[in-house]
Amino acid sequence: MSNRRIKVLLAKPGLDGHDVGAKVVVHALMEAGFEVIYTGLRQTPGEIAAAAAEADVDVVGLSILSGAHLPLCRRIRDLLQEKGLHDTLWIVGGNIPEADRMVLKQLGYRGVFPTGSRTDEIVNFIRENVK
Amino acid sequence: MTSKPRDAKPSARQAIPIRRIVNESGIEIKPLYTADDVVSTGGVDASRPGEAPFTRGIHPLMYRHRPFTMRQYTGFANAADTNERFKYLIANGQTGLNVAFDLATQCGYDSDAPEAIGEVGRVGMAIDTLRDFEIAFDGIDLDAITVSLTINGAAAVLIAMYLAMAEKRGYDIAKLRGTAQNDILKEFIGRGTWIYPVDPSVKLVADTIEYCAKVAPKYSPVSVCGYHIRESGATPAEEMGYAFSIAKAYTDAALARGLDIDEFAGRLSFNFNIFGNLFEQVAKFRAGRRHWAKIILEEYGAKKPDSGWLRMIAGGGGFGLTIEQPENNIVRGAYYALIAALAGAQTMALCCYDEAYTIPTPKAQRLSLRTMQLLIEEIGLADTVDPLGGSYYIETLTNQLEEKIVEAMNWVDAKGGIVKAVSDGVIQAKVSQYAYQRQKALESGALRKVGVNCYMDSDEEKPEVALHGYDEMGAIEQIESLRKVRAERSNDAVARSLATLRADAQAGRNVMPAMMESVKAYATVGEMSNALVDVYGRFQEPTKIWYRVA
Repeated sequence: MSNRRIKVLLAKPGLDGHDVGAKVVVHALMEAGFEVIYTGLRQTPGEIAAAAAEADVDVVGLSILSGAHLPLCRRIRDLLQEKGLHDTLWIVGGNIPEADRMVLKQLGYRGVFPTGSRTDEIVNFIRENVK
Repeated sequence: MTSKPRDAKPSARQAIPIRRIVNESGIEIKPLYTADDVVSTGGVDASRPGEAPFTRGIHPLMYRHRPFTMRQYTGFANAADTNERFKYLIANGQTGLNVAFDLATQCGYDSDAPEAIGEVGRVGMAIDTLRDFEIAFDGIDLDAITVSLTINGAAAVLIAMYLAMAEKRGYDIAKLRGTAQNDILKEFIGRGTWIYPVDPSVKLVADTIEYCAKVAPKYSPVSVCGYHIRESGATPAEEMGYAFSIAKAYTDAALARGLDIDEFAGRLSFNFNIFGNLFEQVAKFRAGRRHWAKIILEEYGAKKPDSGWLRMIAGGGGFGLTIEQPENNIVRGAYYALIAALAGAQTMALCCYDEAYTIPTPKAQRLSLRTMQLLIEEIGLADTVDPLGGSYYIETLTNQLEEKIVEAMNWVDAKGGIVKAVSDGVIQAKVSQYAYQRQKALESGALRKVGVNCYMDSDEEKPEVALHGYDEMGAIEQIESLRKVRAERSNDAVARSLATLRADAQAGRNVMPAMMESVKAYATVGEMSNALVDVYGRFQEPTKIWYRVA
């Protein structure tokens, strides 16, 4: 890992308005010394991919609690790949049942953090996995 | 107070060091309360239930006259499936409906909009046109069962749909009862289903209050929610204080239309949360009733006593529930229901034990309903009014909570009022900081949570939880039926009504008459919402400052 500060984009895709968890994670990542860009609610997959490319982030984090994580994560994966961001670390958190966790990992979301995950797990995961 | 206060006798026990306890609202809790505590915090409010300032309850007999309405939050897939679930709950003794809409509907999109992909019918019922409302409420007696619509950003549209549907079925809307949540300011703080910028959003709330005051005076057009602010990160006192700041903003907007306070204040209602410390919650409701009555009757000078009623649905408790050891949520739900009953809520809704992670199963919903019914039928909660009134502890806490509620309202005033605090993002910042501190306390174990940071299961004991399935076919069917309505309706009539809607919005007139015409012409939720977006624009969330502001 280089000495540069780890830069994270944290996004709320789709229409889901549950942002307590996303904001808690932003606080935790900032306290851990990361640079964090929070998109706010209602971001389209296109907006998220564009923001990730423009800010040249190390990590793209998504927070989805409505249950629509599979269609949204598929679409965002496609767009991140189009932008050549397959080298960045993708993580996703939210109301994610056991059965979907493997699907998300296969899509390329290396870190999946279901509701109830500890913030230090997320921080440590990012530290260990950002190249 | 007739009994003479006595200090506890000094004894060897006093030598034992006791842990300092401060409740969430910031009040230090003593190991023992006496009459002295009540007197030193302002004494006991001597008013009777049904008398201002209503500390003990808004009605003289409360549940002895009529038990709390039971109104579980329900809605999923399409109107037909939801109608079936409504009838199931009514057959099981539920006395009101509390309708959940999917996110596309809540955010003002049609089911076939690109933004709706994956969301149609997912977290609630999909609504596109009046046709869906006709199906959803088919066969339900709207006089016997009052309906609460959990809708905010698109509230003006859905209130119009509800009134039009009732009118079409032959109800006199001048007598129609019901409630819409329609509290947009709290959506900017937590929950997030806003559409338009803050100022026009508040203007729309005023439109609905004004329109209902004139046309549907028994209908409650707004239910101000401390609930979601508490979930998002606020103390019980702040929950109530911020809700009052919001309610005052709507009140001021309605007064600016030339309405008299007594024309609408009695139809304002509230929605509060019930998780947390039992005594603190009960005191919160007692203090809240008293303070709201003072605001409306003294500050605004209302003449009708019922204008000062803090009418409320109390319930939920979502933040208190856990995905870990989900059966514990059954027990939590029972305690939360006890809190709401001891607090004197008119209406109660409980989160179901599986609601921490999914749309509830019918079995879980029935269990929540039975929990509430048990309180009335078996435990004696409906026998006497304000059963905790007169307790040294509760009376002291009630006085202290009222001070804390005032403090929270003063903080909002110091930030320039609630509309400015929301537009600037400072209240969102405060709430998210509280949420982070709460999360850190949970992770460190300072805030104890059974099954989460103490008495945990070992990994192999973790149960696999069942999730409500999402039916992709249901979304396709919803889109087909929407296209059918679009093909069958008079598109000229739709275009005309939407043009009027846009023109009225542009001119700053009340949009509700044009909204009613549009709804009756079977305009869609998306068409009506977009017409207003054309005029008002869309809200841009302030995200840069929320974690920096103190």
